[in-house]
Amino acid sequence: MANNRAGRAPARRLNWNDPDVRSVVYQVVALALVGLIGWFLVSNTLHNLSVRNIASGFGFLERESGFAIGESPISFGPENTYGRAVLVGVLNTLRVAVVGIVLATIIGTIIGIARLSKNWLVNKLATVYVEVVRNVPLLLQLFFWYAIITETLPGPRQALNPIPGVFISNRGVKIPTPTDHFAFDLAGIGFLLGIVLAVLVSRWAKKRQDATGQSFPVYRAGIALILGLPILGWLIGGAPLELNVPKLQGFNHVGGATLTPEFAALLAGLVIYTAGFIAEVVRSGIQAVSHGQTEAAAALGLRRNQILRLVVLPQALRIIIPPMTSQYLNLTKNSSLAVAIGYPDIVSIANTTLNQTGQAIEGILIIMAVYLTISISISIFMNWYNKHIALVER
Amino acid sequence: MASVTESLPPPRSTTGPIAWVRERLFSSPLNTVLTILAVWLILMTVPPFIEWALIGANFTAATSQECRAASGACWAFIAEKHRLMLFGLYPFNEQWRPALAAVILVALIVLTCMPRFWNKTLLPIWVVGIIAVGVLMWGGVLGLQYVENTNWGGLPLTLILATVGIAFAFPFGLLLALGRRSRMPAIKTLCIMYIELIRGVPLISMLFMASVMLPLFLPEGFTIDKLLRAQIAIIMFAAAYIAEVVRGGLQAIPKGQYEGADSLGLSYWQKMGFIILPQALKVVIPPMVSLFIAVFKDTSLVVIIGIYDLMQSTKVALTDPLWRGFSIEAYVFVSAIYFIFCYSMSKYSRALEDRLATGHKR
Amino acid sequence: MTAPIIEMQQVNKWYGEFHVLRNINLNVARGERIVVCGPSGSGKSTMIRCINRLEEHQQGRIVVDGTELTNDLKNIEAIRREVGMVFQHFNLFPHLTVLENLTLGPIWVLRKPKAEAEATAMKYLERVRIPEQAKKYPGQLSGGQQQRVAIARSLCMNPKIMLFDEPTSALDPEMVKEVLDVMIQLAEEGGMTMLCVTHEMGFAKAVAHRVIFMDRGEIVEQNKPEEFFSNPQNERTRLFLSQILH
Repeated sequence: MANNRAGRAPARRLNWNDPDVRSVVYQVVALALVGLIGWFLVSNTLHNLSVRNIASGFGFLERESGFAIGESPISFGPENTYGRAVLVGVLNTLRVAVVGIVLATIIGTIIGIARLSKNWLVNKLATVYVEVVRNVPLLLQLFFWYAIITETLPGPRQALNPIPGVFISNRGVKIPTPTDHFAFDLAGIGFLLGIVLAVLVSRWAKKRQDATGQSFPVYRAGIALILGLPILGWLIGGAPLELNVPKLQGFNHVGGATLTPEFAALLAGLVIYTAGFIAEVVRSGIQAVSHGQTEAAAALGLRRNQILRLVVLPQALRIIIPPMTSQYLNLTKNSSLAVAIGYPDIVSIANTTLNQTGQAIEGILIIMAVYLTISISISIFMNWYNKHIALVER
Repeated sequence: MASVTESLPPPRSTTGPIAWVRERLFSSPLNTVLTILAVWLILMTVPPFIEWALIGANFTAATSQECRAASGACWAFIAEKHRLMLFGLYPFNEQWRPALAAVILVALIVLTCMPRFWNKTLLPIWVVGIIAVGVLMWGGVLGLQYVENTNWGGLPLTLILATVGIAFAFPFGLLLALGRRSRMPAIKTLCIMYIELIRGVPLISMLFMASVMLPLFLPEGFTIDKLLRAQIAIIMFAAAYIAEVVRGGLQAIPKGQYEGADSLGLSYWQKMGFIILPQALKVVIPPMVSLFIAVFKDTSLVVIIGIYDLMQSTKVALTDPLWRGFSIEAYVFVSAIYFIFCYSMSKYSRALEDRLATGHKR
Repeated sequence: MTAPIIEMQQVNKWYGEFHVLRNINLNVARGERIVVCGPSGSGKSTMIRCINRLEEHQQGRIVVDGTELTNDLKNIEAIRREVGMVFQHFNLFPHLTVLENLTLGPIWVLRKPKAEAEATAMKYLERVRIPEQAKKYPGQLSGGQQQRVAIARSLCMNPKIMLFDEPTSALDPEMVKEVLDVMIQLAEEGGMTMLCVTHEMGFAKAVAHRVIFMDRGEIVEQNKPEEFFSNPQNERTRLFLSQILH
């Protein structure tokens, strides 16, 4: 067969009507145009910078920042560098995004399922929630929650105390934290161990079922492990009952952990808003699995929960994952609205930095680089997960 | 044998209001629990809200002291400040102009939503509409007093930013979508880079870029004002999203349509213009409406770079020392405005989607 | 005999590593009617799609009515104007009415005035016996009607050659006849060069001058229909015929 390829190829000449020639010309022109625009912008920028005496480069990151940051997961003071300030901003962004994604997924899934409920009241309530939340700008919702916290909640002295140890006031939410007791470390280890064991048990159960046909209550066992082991660790450690409970001292509470009003408003806004979108993603994903699938599974004699677990959910999940990914990305990008209510996320800190140093280009490049990195990481992870799911299904 | 059995009414227990209640609210123990929970939730939220918003509210107070005395909302604040919130710093006596401009913009949107206008008349209608809005807003001709765009504000500005943003982003996004599906690697790469770069960063960073970086990009002595810069950022931002929506539509067109056009000997642009795009754009109308809603909501972010849109003029109204502390009322009012716009558009888009879904079978 | 209207010499094509067309040599005379058959995946559709460059051949020469198919866009456009094609799945444009489907090519490719294009279109709609459907959209027609519109759409371009790519295989059985009748009528008028990929052996017997059997990318056997069906030479042809004729 190989010698067939040596035959005569169709004739070609350099000719404007040859699509290949055209395509090369078009591409060269496009690249040249983009290059020209880029060169124009860069040369203008360099000129403008030299006129304004701004040194470009990221050297400023080494300098002392001189400003304080309201809340930070790592220690930070005015004597620290701009570089560390940026790091604080990134950590704050990640903190609100991660917590927000987890909560929005849980609430959104519940509301999405409620939208499909046969119960008329539940269905209508979920619909009202989704419609209201999706049709009002997030920024407005953030201002709204922030105003509710700072304007309508009482001061620390009259703080609301819904659960013993939890104080809600216009200074934020105070919650008790575990003390530095050995038992709490054990509980933490127990929790991680529980997750690992639950995964192992589910693998073992699947193997056993494949081999013998006997099924095993994987979910109940998993929940028991994940909840039971931390409690066991806590009991072994001596079951200490004292927590670091916030106490009123002067004008504010001390001790425990604080959710600042800014963080609380941002988190509430992001979660409530995104949950509305996630609910729609979940609802349409489940609805997209055709009724025929359910009927076919029922005709095989599968029970209701088996139909859901073995037939509907695996298919719905594949439909849900791509739009869910974009909701996660949206939530992360929307966390940049923090700047409007003063939560020190990366945008807010980069903004302060660029105002203080005049390094506008570098500041914006940092913001964009951080978000691009986060976006791309989430996309890569979700693509990997999507492929994984697709394989499992086969 | 051939006689048809007379059809009988269904058994009593499956129709009527009681059966409906039993079926929809109490069909199982779980359902009953859910109903009780829902009723509890409604009782917890709705009566206090009505108490706050209507029964205990003050609609007419002349001063904030009087208003504060009310147990509920102070709607008198809105009555006092609505002109500032809706029109920003636009000269008070000329505010009929932005009002009319807003009406024109809404009319443009409504016309665009009507299938009857999905043809070549749409473009001239838009051109005329946008020019009319420009004349009304700026003035300086036809005996209208000139108003600088730094004095524009409120709802008309929000509508302008969103509408003009989408209108200009649309052709740009269309080209990006075609470029992304192009077989030329360099053009394809450029388009993908643009689209993914923009979609990967938040709008705020684009707005910051427009407000602090754009002046550096331009030749010395050449400046563009803040509003235009924000508008450019919104156009650039929306274009990337439009490109993705259009790409989805292009992908929905079967290969046979391309081959059918090719076999008739149509050129690339004829094929795209007559066959592919008309079908693809029809498919993408519902997601385009959603996108417009998103852009409409997102324009509120221009607050952060200090442009007087609806959001910002509301914040300004709230800073009046005489009327401090009524932000909840103000935000509820502004939310209602946004909600009316966005909800009616999304309702429309869903109705359209249903209609296209049934009418587009081949 | 005058020069052939289609000349294929040593045409080869690969899809990646898969060799779909192997050394195809085929001359089609003006006015000749050819039926191409063969098992699925034998390359018969690919072969006729190469004639109007919906598929690109990688080796060999294809000359259509004196113009060689190369990378030259002008040549490709010229050839597509002369070659009509009818697809398995009709490929009508769903957003245009039947009449608009028929006049699109004449108006924009042949640059005919609208009134003239519409008159021609109505003439062909009458020939395929559905003039009353002119104002409807393709989605409102049955499969058989859609395929007849597709045939009329090609004829409106006044082609010298018509290619049919399995025109009846996507149709419900009761609609096959109405489409075949139109094709037979077109054949009986004479003058049109027709290449038809089909398994309708009755059609082949009725109108074809020549039947070509393809298998695994090559032309295995070709003959006059009566010879082809009564006395197939090749083992593969016999096997195929026994399978489709039961």
